[in-house]
Amino acid sequence: MTALLEVEDLRVAYGKIEAVKGISFSVEAGQVVTLIGTNGAGKTTTLRTLSGLLKPVGGKILFDGKPLTGVPAHKIVALGLAHSPEGRHIFPRLSIAENLQLGAFLRKDKEGIEKDVQRAYDLFPILGERRKQAAGTLSGGEQQMLAMGRALMSRPKLLMLDEPSMGLSPIMMQKILATIAELKSQGTTILLVEQNAQAALSLADQGHVMEVGSIVLSGTGQDLLHDESVRKAYLGED
Amino acid sequence: MNTLPQQLANGLFLGSMYGLIAIGYTMVYGIVQLINFAHGEIFMTGGFGALTVYLALPDGISMWIALPAMLVGGALVAVLIAVGAERFAYRPLRGAPRLAPLITAIGLSLALQQLVFNLYPNAKAARVFPQLPFGPYHLGSVTVQSGDLFLIIAAPVCMAILAFFVRLSRTGRAMQATAQDPDTAQLMGIDTNRIIVIAFAIGGLFAAVAGTAYGLKYGSVSYDMGFLAGLKAFTAAVLGGIGNIYGAMLGGLVLGVAEAMATAYIADVPGMHQLGGQGWAPVWAFVLLILVLLFRPQGLLGERVADRA
Repeated sequence: MTALLEVEDLRVAYGKIEAVKGISFSVEAGQVVTLIGTNGAGKTTTLRTLSGLLKPVGGKILFDGKPLTGVPAHKIVALGLAHSPEGRHIFPRLSIAENLQLGAFLRKDKEGIEKDVQRAYDLFPILGERRKQAAGTLSGGEQQMLAMGRALMSRPKLLMLDEPSMGLSPIMMQKILATIAELKSQGTTILLVEQNAQAALSLADQGHVMEVGSIVLSGTGQDLLHDESVRKAYLGED
Repeated sequence: MNTLPQQLANGLFLGSMYGLIAIGYTMVYGIVQLINFAHGEIFMTGGFGALTVYLALPDGISMWIALPAMLVGGALVAVLIAVGAERFAYRPLRGAPRLAPLITAIGLSLALQQLVFNLYPNAKAARVFPQLPFGPYHLGSVTVQSGDLFLIIAAPVCMAILAFFVRLSRTGRAMQATAQDPDTAQLMGIDTNRIIVIAFAIGGLFAAVAGTAYGLKYGSVSYDMGFLAGLKAFTAAVLGGIGNIYGAMLGGLVLGVAEAMATAYIADVPGMHQLGGQGWAPVWAFVLLILVLLFRPQGLLGERVADRA
């Protein structure tokens, strides 16, 4: 069986500086795959290239059997790839309900959209309580919930989450990570970029460690959790 | 006729026109952060488009038939030029430093003026514009000319349609999203290039209504009418809070009234008797702009930019 997402020798550059230097990995349907690594390793650049916001200088991306390179960002969502960006990027002056509606911008099935909005409120009750409130007034954690809820509104085949727990209080971080676990148990395919390596690897079926634009180590989440070099570099152990 | 109610009314008429033009500045700025300095000329070509249609119609035609046709013609010309400018002048510079599209806009502004000056028949002097065959009306101490009547009907109607469009339509929602965060808008599946074109087109449409209104109000259109009007409308957009469509209309009205009041009454202030009169109107408009920039730089309805957590 071919994977849902196949990335082969992907290279991305900002001007002359190569930020992603030929990485390859794949995501099978139903899997949670995580990219971990320090700041500047190229994780966010990889996600932004997959969703079409950046153009690669080389390599191949196959999503659901179709090549993604050269497809504009606004058409990639339609293929079933949703991206919840780093820093959340909710639309601050639109209400929570309007933000969720925008997540379903390309869908025409009004009833299905209503149902999914309700599902987002079930997943994150606080969003339901504040549905008319401007999204910019939410706390960081609530904005993260909204960003994830919004990404789910397109009913993606693959959900990409970039640093969902960044900058959140420990309690909020737990809540977000629990939600990712819940989505996983429902069968959502997720590509997760996360600085909390412990949490990400515990959730993930597959993990890849990135350093300065390359994947230096790959394995199952459990393998990497117990790998000595990973423990030293990313899990804060001596 | 220098009563206070009359001056107030004059200010509102003039302000409605500024507001209509200001919409174009503010929509484009809100979405691509570009000050389209050629917008004054788009307003001017809208006026000439309307005039062209009138001249093509048979002599003695009723203005009730001619005016809608003129509006459509003016809109067609202004929208085409606005959208063409976006496609061929601004879009190729999308990733360039801010100064590049700004200079392009100023160049385009001069080019459009000169094109009309040199190519439009007899446009080296002002060209006479048809008048609406009714009015003036007297409401108490206030006299309303037919051109002014057109303005105070057209401006609120256009504004209401725009407000509904932006708030309630799917495209309007997409415009708000693009204005707030263009990259993320693309992630929602919004074709932001299309949204930018629509913003320029709406600006052109409103400019054409204003250009036609200018002709009806002043009885003529000229190749350089967009310079000062454009600059004042830009002032109105900044005054109201650039990027905010309600702010543009409000800024236009405030500016129009302030200008009318200053021209009429400032000469009565002791020691300022030589500062009255129409020639000083732009001075007061820009004094107002400077005051707003000093004390409320985000404009009357503008928001402080602090919402990207």
